[in-house]
Amino acid sequence: MNAIIQFTQKLNGIFKFHGGVHPPGNKSSSTQAPIADVTLPALLTLPLRQHVGHLPKVKIQVGEHVLKGQLLAEAEGAVSAAIHAPTSGTIVAIEEAVIPHPSSLPDYCIRLQPDGKDAWVAHTGQDWRNTERSALIQSLTGSGIVGMGGATFPTQIKLRTDGKSNIHTLVINAAECEPYISCDDMLMRERADGIVQGVLIAQHLMSAEKVVIGIEDNKPLAIAAMQEAVKNTDIQVKIVPTLYPSGDARRLVYLLLGQEIAHDKRSTQEGIQVFNVATMLALHRYFDHGEPSISRIVTITGNVAQPQNFEVLFGTPVSHLLAAAGGVGTDTSHYIMGGPMMGFDLPDANVPVTKASNCIIAASPGLFPSAPPAMPCIRCTRCADACPVSLQPQELYWFAKSDNFEKARDYDLFDCIECGACSYVCPSHIPLVQYYRYAKSEIIATDKAKEAADLARERNEARLARIEREKQERAQKHAERAQGAKKAAEKMVAAADSDQAQTGATADEAKKAAIAAAIARAKAQKEAQAATGEAPKNMAAPSASVQQEIADIDARRAAVGLSEADSPAMQDADKQAKIAAAIAKAKAAKAAAQTGHSATSATSAVVDPEKQAKTDPAIARARAAKAAAEASKNVSELAAPQLTTTASADQEKQAKIAAAIARAKAAKAAAEAAKIAATAGNTDDAKE
Amino acid sequence: MLTALSIMLGLAIALGLLLGYAALKFKVDGDPLIAKIDAILPQTQCGQCGYPGCKPYATAIAHGEADINQCPPGGDAGVRALADLLGVEYKPLNGEPKPKSVAFIDENTCIGCTLCIQACPVDAILGAAKHMHTIISSECTGCELCVAPCPVDCISMTPVAETPENWKWKYPTIPIVPVAHQG
Repeated sequence: MNAIIQFTQKLNGIFKFHGGVHPPGNKSSSTQAPIADVTLPALLTLPLRQHVGHLPKVKIQVGEHVLKGQLLAEAEGAVSAAIHAPTSGTIVAIEEAVIPHPSSLPDYCIRLQPDGKDAWVAHTGQDWRNTERSALIQSLTGSGIVGMGGATFPTQIKLRTDGKSNIHTLVINAAECEPYISCDDMLMRERADGIVQGVLIAQHLMSAEKVVIGIEDNKPLAIAAMQEAVKNTDIQVKIVPTLYPSGDARRLVYLLLGQEIAHDKRSTQEGIQVFNVATMLALHRYFDHGEPSISRIVTITGNVAQPQNFEVLFGTPVSHLLAAAGGVGTDTSHYIMGGPMMGFDLPDANVPVTKASNCIIAASPGLFPSAPPAMPCIRCTRCADACPVSLQPQELYWFAKSDNFEKARDYDLFDCIECGACSYVCPSHIPLVQYYRYAKSEIIATDKAKEAADLARERNEARLARIEREKQERAQKHAERAQGAKKAAEKMVAAADSDQAQTGATADEAKKAAIAAAIARAKAQKEAQAATGEAPKNMAAPSASVQQEIADIDARRAAVGLSEADSPAMQDADKQAKIAAAIAKAKAAKAAAQTGHSATSATSAVVDPEKQAKTDPAIARARAAKAAAEASKNVSELAAPQLTTTASADQEKQAKIAAAIARAKAAKAAAEAAKIAATAGNTDDAKE
Repeated sequence: MLTALSIMLGLAIALGLLLGYAALKFKVDGDPLIAKIDAILPQTQCGQCGYPGCKPYATAIAHGEADINQCPPGGDAGVRALADLLGVEYKPLNGEPKPKSVAFIDENTCIGCTLCIQACPVDAILGAAKHMHTIISSECTGCELCVAPCPVDCISMTPVAETPENWKWKYPTIPIVPVAHQG
């Protein structure tokens, strides 16, 4: 019997793939009413991750007002898709929110508050028949169109012809094999002309010779509508038998063309490209009307009052759609996005509809009774019979369960399309696909870790090589420098040997010149200080003892009540004291000069007699002290006879003060002498 | 007798030359076993095994100086892979594997001393003297070698967060549902 069916199918140009199952369709409930529009929700949530590939780059800011169809985020990188505003309104937030994803994890979303006007941004269609193909595909990057069948692969990449693969056949996937889902069915019934326009655009872009639309035979109205729409074109509508999963791209290619695509190849390498029927309508809307991808048809079915298909703006919360379908039954347990075979449970009903959402099913225990506990695998191989990819699901299950991932990979785990046919037929109710998904994600994670490890190794090796290289460079530099110094030393020795006396003389002269220069510098500095009226440093910050002395003098002065205008006698006395001090200073200088003279005979290099005179600080100091003492004595001697009897006490005091000043001056002179002597000593040392 | 001897001698010389030539011609640079072991190691270069990096540890294993269970970042799977490769018994891991983390520099506290840059085995820290440093998190292996040298303790290890991109399907389990008491 089977053989006869296959023979007749071959006559019709239909090739049956291996396996497959016949789950109850449950499609008719949602196909009774036409596609309806939904009211604008209060808030649209647009996840940035609605497609396969890189996240798009956000181009708007919070608070900005946007028009319907305005670009919100532009495609970034080769594999990426743009996102547009589904309606006019205000961007209220760009934040993390739970997205419809099996992980139930939050991701970046743009929140748009509609203003109710639904005002379009300026948009026009393109004359795609008379435009450069590359320009059309380039413009498609800004359309936001992705594969609407669920794979959400950016369409501009699928339409891009790179010259290597020459696409000769276009397959339009309208099989819609999964139970409950009827969005493509309704789309074909109502918008067949638009779809055909889109197909023509795709055919033009890829210059495909042959176009085949594959529709399952459980959609007679859609078939009729499509056959009507393709009448004046060379597009072929093929009816395929209802069998899950005929909607899988490779299964459909085989069904329609009888061509198997090797598991390590893409269909494009065989010259075949597959598009979903809803993607074709999106293409037509974009190229003929300039409308980007902002809405899709979504089936709302299951445990709702009026199951129906809706034209839904992306970002509309699922709860809003469920309300539009008449509300959910009280026994609703959870919501499924996608079909019952391949879909996933939603974390809650507030997640938004995205480009991939083709169906929302309100599940109840009546519709989806919880699976009985899994029993052990009895190796009946019913799963292998049902597998459309001709894998060995029982083996894969075994390997996945025992974490034997390498073996699972060897058994072509990655060819599994996760259709769920094996789980569906399993008499032990083993959730086989869950095991495969687990094993796949573990293998992917391990591969990524391996890649990261390889990168880390590369970087570590590069670093070690760099450190080694720098070390060698340093060592080389040091060696070079050492060699250079050695050479210079040798040269010097040679020069000294040949012209020793001359060199010695010049060295002496150079040293002398240096000393003279230093002295000149010091003098210049002193003069500069004097010129600017700046006090020398030792005056600016006198030592404690000096300060004490000054304070003492001031105190005594105050006690005496000394002032310049006191009396002429006093003035005289003052003058005399000054003279005495001058004499004392001169004597001290002379004495110092004498000591210096004696020192000069000892030292050979004589530049400045005055300076060199002060070579011996101790002697100079002693002489200065002696001179000072003499000076003070002189002062008192000189002052005494001229004193008037009345002011004798005062005079005596003044004399003392004068003596003290003289002493201080002498001390200063001595200190200077010592300083100079020290420098002289240094130069002497240097000379030796 | 002499013929036999000369034949044998000739053979010995000929084969010796052949072997000598082969040894030169097909010389293998480096120890392929070390490379194989190194390929299994996670390349965090963390030094938790007691060796200054993954390559030195691989060398030590190849020379029989180190045990195969000294690499916590490699985890149990790493020990098993090494046991498989070397044909030795599996040993339980010495140490606890930590969740994958990356270093994070508190940029307000960083004084730009470059000590962490010098410590990083994979050059995953960007910065210059007296300028703020930052971690290139995609290159960070989570070895924690930069944490200790920091004089102001501004480096912390942050576990890698789960995102929809790196999320993994979990091992199937039977959900336990609370059931109402009967009577």
